[in-house]
Amino acid sequence: MLGNFDWKVVTDNIPFLWQGMQITLLLTVIAILGGIFLGTLLALSRLSGFKPLSFVAGTYVNFFRSMPLILVIFWFYFLVPLLLGRPVGGFYSVLIAFVLFEAAYYCEIIRAGIQSVREGQVHSGQALGFTYAQNMRYIVLPQAFRNMIPILLTQAIILFQDTSLVYVVGVKDFLVSADLIANRENRVLEMFTIAAAVYFVLCLSGSLFIKRLQRNYVQ
Amino acid sequence: MIELRNVSKWFGDFQVLNDCSTKVAKGEVVVVCGPSGSGKSTLIKCVNGLEPFQKGSIEVDGTSVGAKDTNLPELRSHIGMVFQNFELFPHIKVIGNITLAQLKVLQRDEKQAGEKAHALLERVGLLDQADKYPAQLSGGQQQRVAIARALAMDPIAMLFDEPTSALDPEMINEVLDVMVELANDGMTMMVVTHEMGFARKVADRVIFMDEGRIEEDCTKDDFFGTPRGARAQVFLSKILQH
Repeated sequence: MLGNFDWKVVTDNIPFLWQGMQITLLLTVIAILGGIFLGTLLALSRLSGFKPLSFVAGTYVNFFRSMPLILVIFWFYFLVPLLLGRPVGGFYSVLIAFVLFEAAYYCEIIRAGIQSVREGQVHSGQALGFTYAQNMRYIVLPQAFRNMIPILLTQAIILFQDTSLVYVVGVKDFLVSADLIANRENRVLEMFTIAAAVYFVLCLSGSLFIKRLQRNYVQ
Repeated sequence: MIELRNVSKWFGDFQVLNDCSTKVAKGEVVVVCGPSGSGKSTLIKCVNGLEPFQKGSIEVDGTSVGAKDTNLPELRSHIGMVFQNFELFPHIKVIGNITLAQLKVLQRDEKQAGEKAHALLERVGLLDQADKYPAQLSGGQQQRVAIARALAMDPIAMLFDEPTSALDPEMINEVLDVMVELANDGMTMMVVTHEMGFARKVADRVIFMDEGRIEEDCTKDDFFGTPRGARAQVFLSKILQH
């Protein structure tokens, strides 16, 4: 059966697929960085002794974790232009959707990471005269993020796969590019097979890398 | 220097400190002992505000620890503290452990902080360990680094919370030696410990705590001579038996 596959359609379109992959990677990286940044602020807010702040952060996290990602993508696609009063293009709307959505998940990872740092370390920093912010920055967060690296990377792989959902608003990421070629050249099976292979190889390598990292950590 | 007046503290319904009052004068070494769960660690952590307390007052060098408008980080930067589990920062090298607060809290420059750190490492006999990570050191060495880290802030007083309890027996003396030297240099010290040898050697006063109360607060000679309370006698007879 595979003998009937026309691989030329793939090789001919490598530059076009690569353009799509660049969008996928860009989206993934920005969503990770933005999600971790916003997630850290949310985590600190949730852990804050100031009740209104931890309530707002908690509500935010619970809200986004109760929403299907695809709905959030759709929603921001229509909402953001409405809020700004001008069209912003699919890419920016999904970028905002991903950062805000991922922040909720990163918040919970980071919150657990912060709580994994022993109280004695916090006391030790306080006793030296560090302010809350200094203690977080120099003592708690560095240790928390070290403990979190494997799970943060696992979340990154999930995110990488989830970016394919931008399909619903037509942002030309890797999967949409493959889909466009498939329909144009009438080679649906080839293009989706190669797309699947690329996702599989990248995600599996990522997982294996994390496994190795964890092994080195334990030692 | 340090003055506690009628300090009481509750964890929920449970009262951990009950009306504790005492004083530590400048240059004085006060040992706090008592059975586990008697509140001695909690008491010493109230002195620099690591643990809040609900009643009474604590003054350190004229500053009220419990007052709302007190700048606690500022106050703590003048009070050294050494913990039972060392609590060196595991992600930072030994030298960085000693310079970090000097740089960020006292705003010293790299050169000043480094010189201070090296001098203190030499004083505790660990100059050759400066570029290692804490986990590469033995418990005794880590605790000596922790003492150096606290001294780097030029504290006006030092608090020790069971500094030798987590150590293997053969490492206890290397830490006690540093503490004895510190006491002999005139440092104001409040030390929670079961090391009665240390108390006999350098303490000016001994405080005995039981069930959150200060049961005895007397000179070393009075304490080891004839402690007045029955509980203190039982405690002493238990730990001095061997």
